[in-house]
Amino acid sequence: MTSSSVVRPSAAATAADGRVPWRSRLTRADVRFAPYFFIAPFFVLFAVFGAFPLIYTGWVSLHDWHLIGEHTFVGFGNYTALFADPDFWNALKNTVGIFVLATVPQLLMALAMANLLNRKIRGRTFFRMGVLIPNVTSVAAVGIVFGQLFARDVGLVNFLITWLGLDAVDWQANTWSSWIAIAVMVDWRWTGYNTLILLGAMQAIPKDLFESASLDGAKPWQQFWRITVPLLRPTLLFTVVISTIGGLQLFTEPVIFGNGRMLGGTLGQFQTVTMYMYETAFQRFQYGYGAAIAWALFGLIVIFSLINLLLVRRAAR
Amino acid sequence: MSQTKRFLAVTVAAVTALGMVGACSKNTEGTKPAADGKITLVVDTFGDFGYKALAAQYEQAHPDVKVELRNVQKLDDYKPKLVQYLAAGSGAGDVVALEEGVLNEFKTQPQNFVNLLDQGAAELQPNFLPWKWDLGRVGSDGPLIGLGTDVGGLAACYRKDLFAKAKLPTDRDAVSKLWPDWNSFIATGKKFGAANTGAKGFVDSVTTSFSAMLSQAGDTNFYDRDNKLIADSNPVVRQAWDTSMTMVSEGVSAKIPTWSKDWEAGFKNGSFAVTMCPSWMLGIIKGNSGEANAGKWDVAAVPGGGGNWGGSWLAVPTQSKHPKEAYELAKFLTSPDSQVAAFKEAGPLPTAPKALDDPAFLALTNDYFSDAPVGKIFGAGAKTLKPLVLGPKHQAVKERAFEPALQAVEQGKLTPDKAWQQALSSAVKEAK
Repeated sequence: MTSSSVVRPSAAATAADGRVPWRSRLTRADVRFAPYFFIAPFFVLFAVFGAFPLIYTGWVSLHDWHLIGEHTFVGFGNYTALFADPDFWNALKNTVGIFVLATVPQLLMALAMANLLNRKIRGRTFFRMGVLIPNVTSVAAVGIVFGQLFARDVGLVNFLITWLGLDAVDWQANTWSSWIAIAVMVDWRWTGYNTLILLGAMQAIPKDLFESASLDGAKPWQQFWRITVPLLRPTLLFTVVISTIGGLQLFTEPVIFGNGRMLGGTLGQFQTVTMYMYETAFQRFQYGYGAAIAWALFGLIVIFSLINLLLVRRAAR
Repeated sequence: MSQTKRFLAVTVAAVTALGMVGACSKNTEGTKPAADGKITLVVDTFGDFGYKALAAQYEQAHPDVKVELRNVQKLDDYKPKLVQYLAAGSGAGDVVALEEGVLNEFKTQPQNFVNLLDQGAAELQPNFLPWKWDLGRVGSDGPLIGLGTDVGGLAACYRKDLFAKAKLPTDRDAVSKLWPDWNSFIATGKKFGAANTGAKGFVDSVTTSFSAMLSQAGDTNFYDRDNKLIADSNPVVRQAWDTSMTMVSEGVSAKIPTWSKDWEAGFKNGSFAVTMCPSWMLGIIKGNSGEANAGKWDVAAVPGGGGNWGGSWLAVPTQSKHPKEAYELAKFLTSPDSQVAAFKEAGPLPTAPKALDDPAFLALTNDYFSDAPVGKIFGAGAKTLKPLVLGPKHQAVKERAFEPALQAVEQGKLTPDKAWQQALSSAVKEAK
């Protein structure tokens, strides 16, 4: 669009002597290619660190590939084996289960906290910054501390539970208890982050909407559901998609919770897809099969993001 | 969940890459002589090999060499790292440690390691126990990829204070007499459990006992001599399994998974009174128990007689830029004198007959373990140890198929029968 206005004078110059002057050709090239040049760094980096690994992994996944040995082409053999692999489905069940258990309360809490922080309260900036502290803490540190909190014999959580007169829980032994422990870790880290994003979006909502709603007699609760939430729709969508991408790749928290092992409990109670991928590729040396898991995960994330997109769109309509 | 981390990583990468487009040079650390003409040799180990003093000593004798020790705490973390280095063709140390459970796996891909016979290692053969030497070779006449560092002679470590509370003898010879076999060990455990000591159980977990029983087999475990998986039919495996099950049903186990937070804290809190300890375990027990518990632990004989659990080799990856110098270093680190020095520093039991006969070695005591004569205790059985036939995926089958199944029974998640089936099907998967 902008180019046309710049190019015209040079077109006039062409008419004068029938040849395109060197300077104007340079200008034209500049106008035409400069934008590409400026956005190139991202695409170059993406090609090297994003696209190439993606394609290479796809190529590896078509092979029976021993990590430090032979590789032979097997076509889609790894994928057919994968879809019949009960361990993969177990890992997928865990991943999705922990994802739902973590993300739903996380976004609801973030919404509530953002709403609170959006009011005129004392020390607002302090609290707004404070919610982000868990997020800037190293994930390994979080994992170690929470692993201790949820230890069976020496954990603080069990200490409180028995103090209340209930039976201590072997957090790693049961599927439900391990999922809860991991979901708590995830929420500890990510609730504040989502709070800030939602808060930013809330502040962008024009104040006069609320004023006129008040004049019409709308209560704060009604204003929240009728004005705030619908207008947050694009931002909610963003947080849901980002949480989906992160949640399906859940790795560090369950690994540290399981004492650094990839098994995810004695019966794979909390082995996620990424843990299964790591175990296969780097502990069993089945690099090709591991690559197939990686690609299956990629496909799943795309599907889940699309489903979320549809759901959130419909719900917020 | 690492969305911002990834975002940050990409941003940082982008910014640095842009800033360094001109200045980008290949990282050649450790692959070419430093400014002062020294070459750097990297040694990769896991756990604690006791090489700190030896490295300094080697540097002093070889002014042109700098020795860099890299250590990873857990073998479980160490192995995938090493494999990634080998797959990538760079990054591995010039000298790397290979543990017995994974050695066979690496022997199936011998092209990754220098044949030490080409470097003149044949002359070193008398330095090692014959079976230790043989295991470092691929087949009986193939290349030699590893020089033995240590063997894993077995003992049982116990808490004297808890034994006293349960009115059991505390003297190490009397304790050894309590359990000539595993049944008497279980009986002692029941006696201990009847006395109210505040401990959660007699022994930390049945997995350590299971490992000890397997290592006492002295022949085959999960694989036969043709590398065929026989976990389902080998009576040795079944018997170790059944004894472990009895330990669970008799309430002898504290049911604390090894390497967990509860396990680490359990040493400090006295949650259990006994754990099976190959000599390399002593350093781990000391570290977990802390100085406050110095003198409370002691070392007695293992129930059921001696066996070998663990032990490692040093190998030189083919990707090393200095195979010759690396070999010289490995030769030094595995020499009889060095083996005694390493034992003194961290506890790995020598594999050199000369070191095992060394009076200096036999006189060694461990003050943390109530001055137990560890040189004598561990050294006694070492020369008569019967090597196990381990097979390519021994460690994986043991740690990722059988141990989780045992722990599932301890957790009450599986019946012994179901757990046995589970262990076998996982074993087949791991052995693939």
